Amino acid sequence: MRLSGKAWALIALAVIIALAPLAFPSSFYYRVGALILINGLAVTGLVILFGYAGQISLGHAGFAGIGGYAAALIPIHLGVHPVFGLIAGAILSAGLAFLIGRPVLRLKGYYLAVATLGFGILVYLVLNNEAQLTGGPDGMSVERLGLRALSDALGLGLNTSQVWYWFMGVVLLIGAYLALNLFTSPTGRALRSLHDSEVAAGTLGVDVARYKLTAFVISAVYASLAGSLQALLNGFVTPDVAGFLHSIQWVTMTVLGGAGTVLGAIFGAAVLTALPQALTVFKEYEHMMLGLIMMVVMVFMPAGLFPSLAKLFRRVR
Amino acid sequence: MSEFLQYVLSGTTVGAVYALIALGFTLIYNASTVVNFAQGEFVMIGGMVTAFLFAAGTPLWLAAPTAIVVAAIVGILLNKLAIEPARGASVISLIVITIGASIFLRGLAGIVFDKQIHRFPAFTGEDPIAVFGATILPQGLWVLGGGAAVLVGLYLFLTRSIVGKAVMATANNRLAAKLVGINTNSMMTLSFGLSAAIGALAGVLATPITLVAYDVGVGMALKGFAAAMLGGMGSPVGAIVGGLLLGLIEAMTAGYLSSEYKDAVAFIVILIVLFVMPSGLFGPRSVERV
Repeated sequence: MRLSGKAWALIALAVIIALAPLAFPSSFYYRVGALILINGLAVTGLVILFGYAGQISLGHAGFAGIGGYAAALIPIHLGVHPVFGLIAGAILSAGLAFLIGRPVLRLKGYYLAVATLGFGILVYLVLNNEAQLTGGPDGMSVERLGLRALSDALGLGLNTSQVWYWFMGVVLLIGAYLALNLFTSPTGRALRSLHDSEVAAGTLGVDVARYKLTAFVISAVYASLAGSLQALLNGFVTPDVAGFLHSIQWVTMTVLGGAGTVLGAIFGAAVLTALPQALTVFKEYEHMMLGLIMMVVMVFMPAGLFPSLAKLFRRVR
Repeated sequence: MSEFLQYVLSGTTVGAVYALIALGFTLIYNASTVVNFAQGEFVMIGGMVTAFLFAAGTPLWLAAPTAIVVAAIVGILLNKLAIEPARGASVISLIVITIGASIFLRGLAGIVFDKQIHRFPAFTGEDPIAVFGATILPQGLWVLGGGAAVLVGLYLFLTRSIVGKAVMATANNRLAAKLVGINTNSMMTLSFGLSAAIGALAGVLATPITLVAYDVGVGMALKGFAAAMLGGMGSPVGAIVGGLLLGLIEAMTAGYLSSEYKDAVAFIVILIVLFVMPSGLFGPRSVERV
């Protein structure tokens, strides 16, 4: 049986997630692994927006903020399980993305960048300033999802970080499967056509505004889920989850890894999430190194790390 | 009334700093269609170098120009080492490159200098001057005067000198400029140097009022970028108007509504303006050719 590229990508991702723990020296690394997978989920959404549809956003952490605080606040105020907070956050983010998407996505290039940037900062400011609701800059604690209890009930004998790692592995595989499916679907083709030329896509009957909005809403849901999951993993959430730097981190992961492909972006998420852990040895120089890596990769590998390395690998072979 | 005048004065002072930074964005954008997110770091370099030279005993009249020269050199290096080699990269790659440069410069400043907050004395005394019941710091007048001087100087340079006209020609049409024998690469280098110098000047002028630390660049870059987009990217007049408007909106919101939400109102105004005028207040009404 011949497998499609999509199937290969999913199998490769599943194998890497399954085998990575063999290289973990301690259970602390499961936590870093879970964080990589959460960031991987967010950047998979950004691939749909950047890579498929060719749009830019410097404010997607705003949706993560909505997701994170929904997971924190809804269980407290409505007395329901945190999983409903996560779902409500995703619905809220989708609704908000739908409302602001139409006017915002009319803008192009740097104007789109500043509008999305403004959206992210607005969310951050509300979370930071409405202290009686959100706890202000100090943040607030988040009820546990209860994964550990579930694993104990099933007698799996895993600690919290391990449970989260495997849980996130499954979530990311589902997220990647949906994104890869979208790529080859008629919607995905329409998105890619407007990436190449909006005018050409329009003349061929693609409803440009509608498809841009679709990509924006989908990526907002991915970001919101990632924000919720990160809050639930940490048991804590602060307004920084919606901050400009968080948006930039995600953009950097997506572009550095290779904005065109899901695997590339997840690779970028892995590199940039693990890097600060590795660089703590050079504490003083951490920022310099990070900035330097961003510049060098983008100057010498404009397509991103993953596609460039894949090409190199093919040539060597 | 005096309250209102007070907000106008403080808003214009802050706005003049934003306008200078936005002007730096505009210069680089015109020469290369790159939006340089490291622009805020030049402001930081201007303030930090001056503060450290002053603390080491250098008189202010020597420390300030030195800081501006240092920033200009950093700007030129940035162009030569990171922007020129990436010619033709997409908007988003360029955003990542210049943000990388910004993080790099911030990290470097944290090591070369330190992570404390610094200032140096105002140029001509610290006693506020009374104006119709409101007050303005003497340094505020320096900021406004400096901003006006840069604007006039830049205008004369771009419209009267042959080199300035070459910069404008490069901005208008790179290929056509090349065809008439303009070295567009040196025009880009010049623009980066000039833009960095203007940013550093903003830092030097504003530091006695706003203080400086190794990490002030991000905030400055965001405000300058927002001001430039509000005015319309590529338009020097737009940069000045956008900067002053942003400063005034912030001061009015902080004064009459809430100081916590001054940034929020500024961004809401930007969003509304962009929804109505997708290329800013003074931006070119671009016609896309297919």
